[in-house]
Amino acid sequence: MNASHNCENCPVHHRENLIRLGIAMDRVDYVVALAGNPNTGKSTVFNNLTGLRQHTGNWPGKTVVRAEGGFSYREKRYKVVDLPGTYSLLSTSTDEEVARDFILFGRPDVTVIVVDATRLERNLNLTLQILEITDRAVLCLNLMDEARRHRMEVDTRTLSRELGIPVIPAAARQKEGMDELIAAIEEVASGTFVCKPHRTTNRSAKINHAIQVLSEKLAQQFPGLPNLNWVALRLLEGDQSIINAVQSGELGQLETGILQP
Amino acid sequence: MENPNKPSHDALLSLANNLRWDLGVNLHDAVIESIYEDASRIARNAVHKEGDPATYTLERRIDQLVTSRWLGFPMMFLMLALVFWLTVAGANVPSGLLANVLVDALHPLLKNAAGSVGMPWWLSGVLIDGAYLSMAWVISVMLPPMAIFFPLFTLLEDLGYLPRVAFNMDSLFRKAGAHGKQALTLSMGFGCNAAGVIAARVIDSPRERLIAIITNNFSLCNGRWPTQILIATIFIGGAAPSYLAGVVSAGAVVGIAVLGIGFSLAVSWALSQTVLKGEASAFSLELPPYRPPRIWQTLYTSLVDRTLFVLWRAVVFAVPAGVVIWLVANLHMGELSLAEHFIYWANPLALVFGLNGVILLAYIIAIPANEIVIPTVLMLTVVSAGMTGEGAGAGVMFELESIEDTAQILQAGGWTLLTGINLMLFSLLHNPCSTTIYTIYKETKSLKWTAVATFLPIVLGLAVCFFVTQFWYLFQGG
Repeated sequence: MNASHNCENCPVHHRENLIRLGIAMDRVDYVVALAGNPNTGKSTVFNNLTGLRQHTGNWPGKTVVRAEGGFSYREKRYKVVDLPGTYSLLSTSTDEEVARDFILFGRPDVTVIVVDATRLERNLNLTLQILEITDRAVLCLNLMDEARRHRMEVDTRTLSRELGIPVIPAAARQKEGMDELIAAIEEVASGTFVCKPHRTTNRSAKINHAIQVLSEKLAQQFPGLPNLNWVALRLLEGDQSIINAVQSGELGQLETGILQP
Repeated sequence: MENPNKPSHDALLSLANNLRWDLGVNLHDAVIESIYEDASRIARNAVHKEGDPATYTLERRIDQLVTSRWLGFPMMFLMLALVFWLTVAGANVPSGLLANVLVDALHPLLKNAAGSVGMPWWLSGVLIDGAYLSMAWVISVMLPPMAIFFPLFTLLEDLGYLPRVAFNMDSLFRKAGAHGKQALTLSMGFGCNAAGVIAARVIDSPRERLIAIITNNFSLCNGRWPTQILIATIFIGGAAPSYLAGVVSAGAVVGIAVLGIGFSLAVSWALSQTVLKGEASAFSLELPPYRPPRIWQTLYTSLVDRTLFVLWRAVVFAVPAGVVIWLVANLHMGELSLAEHFIYWANPLALVFGLNGVILLAYIIAIPANEIVIPTVLMLTVVSAGMTGEGAGAGVMFELESIEDTAQILQAGGWTLLTGINLMLFSLLHNPCSTTIYTIYKETKSLKWTAVATFLPIVLGLAVCFFVTQFWYLFQGG
């Protein structure tokens, strides 16, 4: 990377701020989740952040159990959780449930969504679903090297404006963009950058009305519950695990933070 | 926990239910559509593509070739055969060198040292002849082939070839009533069955996931590759003219691996027709782009994460197994040692299956790890054939300067080409190692299915060996 002289004074490029903690993760300040489609390089990003060597491979669905590691940056300690790669959060396979439950119930401080820059449209489907359930996210636009090879340009500013979260171009295999990613994680975690996540609104009036009725009821029974609209929509779709969470009252523990993932 | 708000929660759910009825059945599609619409709009605004059709076209061309109906499978087999041939051809010399150092040079040194400090014979027997030698053995037999095989396999994985293999096999699995993703868990099983069993989590339907778990053992795992390669080299390669030996033995190993895939499909089909009835569900498999493999990283990961990991596991299990072997060879009941008792008792039965008592005992001792089957077999052969001149006494794993020496020992122990073939078959078709069995139990939480996954392969293995043996005798006799 050819950083100009000015850039060298920027905290982003102070590599000495980063201490990779491997699996030593006592007293963490922030929890960071890594989510994304299969085979977008989540495990490579994970390894770069934590200094661990989680096995990576060029095939989708390699990570089925979540891996955890840590790093420390500017005196704050971060725990990183590598989630299984999924195409959506709407179906019921075990790996998708692991990813969804962690983002929903584990309430990570930052969710880093790793996407394949060369397959942006398909990857955005998952991104939008994640943004429905969390307020604090960073988009890691990975595999930029391949995008460049295919002569594709991605306007990160437009993308960031549309999604309402920081967008960091990266090539994790070449360790490109990792410093910027860490800086963005810190900004979102500490609240310096306030996300305004994109929420889907282009549904039919009838659906929107049903969501509204239901989320009002939800708000009465589970005061303080985040992602009201999303939970309402899941109930309308008859999502069994959310129905169970309502029945058992588990959903109510979301706002009190009792529930440990 | 008693939930005081239960009635109001139920009211909430019934409200949701009513609203759902009003919205009709197309809600899910409508929701997904609105997400797709948004995604496509945002992507359109943000991506500018000059378009470089050249790279895409090249990739498509390669994909058309490696996943083509006619060339896909032959190319797959050729690729596998090439990998094995390189492994077989490259491993012999370094194996001999390691054996020279660890067994020929170090073992007598340790024995002498133990003698000079006055260590009792049984203690030096257990520790040096049992534990140390079995460890030395595992390292010299297994390290060189693994150090060649794993990097090659990892290179293929890094390149992006494995999903193409899955793509080729997908329709076969669908026809067998199993999930197409089973092709992925099967490929994973070639590395380690326990990993393959865990990987079955990517399959949504419990029925298909169970099928994938039960049949994963038919993927020849790491621990079994060395057995296959060694026995194929000695017996199959040995039966061929010397200039063809390498190719023929590599072909035999590929044949066993392919047979394993065949059993995977056949058993999946049988299960989905009987106890696990159902339709195969659809799924989408994304073919990732080909990526130039990073050579150094690949060497590092495959050596540290795979080679040393598997070797370490083998050593950890070989040490106690070495102790057990030494004990069964040296504890006597009457005239004979425990090992000899079992071997002579089991021999008549084993011969029906074209195996022998040694092989059966070796597989019992080696339940914790397939990696130690070969060392155990060799040691027990020496004991039972009474070739004490060959090794350094009962329960001592003797040195092996070359594969020819191994061949001599085995042939002196009454081994034939038929025994070799049957050992290869039985190595493919027998119970999973104890780690895998435990993993299966953890994943299925069912004793019944764990038992099925454990005993089904043994029954199949004995049946296959039985028929092969009977046909063999039939043709030889006729």
